[in-house]
Amino acid sequence: MATETHGAVEGAAGMPQLELAHFPNQIFWLLVTLVVIYFVLSKVALPRISSVLAERSGTIMNDISAAEELKLKAQDAENAYNKALAEAKAEAQRISGEANAAIQAELDVALAKADAEIAAKAAESEAAIADIRDNAADSVKIVAKDTAKELVAAFGGKADAKTLTAAINARLKG
Amino acid sequence: MEGNIAELGKYIGVGLTAIGMGGAAIGVGNVAGSYLSGALRNPSAAASQTATLFIGMAFAEALGIFSFLVALLLMFAV
Amino acid sequence: MSDQAKQSGGTGKVIFFAILALIVIAIFLVPTGHGGLAFHPMDQFEIKALFGGDIHWYTVTNATLWMGLTVLGVVLLLVVGSSGRAIVPSKGQSIAELTYGFVYKMLEDVGGKDAVRYFPYVMTLFCFIAFSNVLGLLPVSFTPTTHIAVTGVLALLVFVFVTVLGFVKNGAAFLELFWVKSAPLALRPVLAIIELISYFVRPVSHSIRLAGNMMAGHAVIKVFATFAAIKLIAPVSIAAIAAMYGLEILVAFIQAYVFTILTCVYLKDALHPAH
Repeated sequence: MATETHGAVEGAAGMPQLELAHFPNQIFWLLVTLVVIYFVLSKVALPRISSVLAERSGTIMNDISAAEELKLKAQDAENAYNKALAEAKAEAQRISGEANAAIQAELDVALAKADAEIAAKAAESEAAIADIRDNAADSVKIVAKDTAKELVAAFGGKADAKTLTAAINARLKG
Repeated sequence: MEGNIAELGKYIGVGLTAIGMGGAAIGVGNVAGSYLSGALRNPSAAASQTATLFIGMAFAEALGIFSFLVALLLMFAV
Repeated sequence: MSDQAKQSGGTGKVIFFAILALIVIAIFLVPTGHGGLAFHPMDQFEIKALFGGDIHWYTVTNATLWMGLTVLGVVLLLVVGSSGRAIVPSKGQSIAELTYGFVYKMLEDVGGKDAVRYFPYVMTLFCFIAFSNVLGLLPVSFTPTTHIAVTGVLALLVFVFVTVLGFVKNGAAFLELFWVKSAPLALRPVLAIIELISYFVRPVSHSIRLAGNMMAGHAVIKVFATFAAIKLIAPVSIAAIAAMYGLEILVAFIQAYVFTILTCVYLKDALHPAH
């Protein structure tokens, strides 16, 4: 088999990993490589990446806090709006109340005036009616006196004005 | 077919040593299978145990690697 | 081929099958040269001097080249990728940040808050292993992490670092790691021996796992590729290579992940040794 001849030719070197003569070379270059990678990483790459990551998380934090702030601001604005709305409502209520009161007052005044006028008119009319009634009573007296004098004269008597008046007054009272 | 009895013994030895790697295969399979059955019972805890899975696999595999090493040494260095 | 790709929606699929077809045709056209199959699954791991000559400790080899490309990849991803510093990231920056976040979270979850101080070290390990694994999957490339020398040094660095850190942080209390308080008193000495052994086996398994996984995958692909020389089973072999390649991409990342997460576990043990 090929392995056999292979092993016969190269002996212990059938497995290159066990060639002890090559160990120092590999170990030397491995250490060089590791040192180079270590310094590249610890001096350049890792600080840079960690700063970028920190910056990103900082930016995200900032953005979140800015959003929070904006949210608070929006809330404030909403509150202010609600407050203004409530104030406006109260103002409107007050104004309408005032207007109502004014109208009521005017109405009251007008009503009072009207009442007073009506009262005055009523009193006047009362006076006029009383007048008319008085006049009527007087007229009735005169008419009665005249009628009584005429009646007395017709019966042929001579009417004494004094007794006639007394008699009529007594009758009208009774 | 020529050759000597030492060569014969060497190759038989290499073959026997390689069986050891089968044991490592069973071990690694056991680790992965146990992990999977555990992970399916409680998937929420699975992600936190992947590191343990690989460590367990590595330990199980190490012994198979030893037999592989012995096989290589027998084959090439003895 | 491009016309075909333009006509159909699935450009990637068409290109994939076209390449597959080309490979099959090429395999049927190219004569195999010699009679038997030539199995050289390990040749791809050979260290070669790039400019000839013997290999001394300072020689520039293919390992050097691919480690250099790994550095280049890391720089491209993490330095050039993140150079935009944009708040809304570009694609490259997103990948760089995802990698950063992935390793950082892993370290924080597994190692605890105190372990975050050693993040650059853990990140270095992860980047090196991930990039060299993935770059090693390119055809005709070389994978440094298939070599026990490389992974052994990586694991030993972690082992020494963690042990020294444990003693510096906790003093003699670090030895409590081996004294399992939750066990019955009679069992504790036995457990202490087992814990001690397992502690010293850590760098071995840590390094062999990575090298073994990478090496095995590459060797298997190479073996399948060798079988492709037989015309009758070439399609099966190529399908198997494609499947293995997909698996290897997964393994490349999983092994980098596993190496890093085990480093985190060891770091946690060093920082909080009590069981």
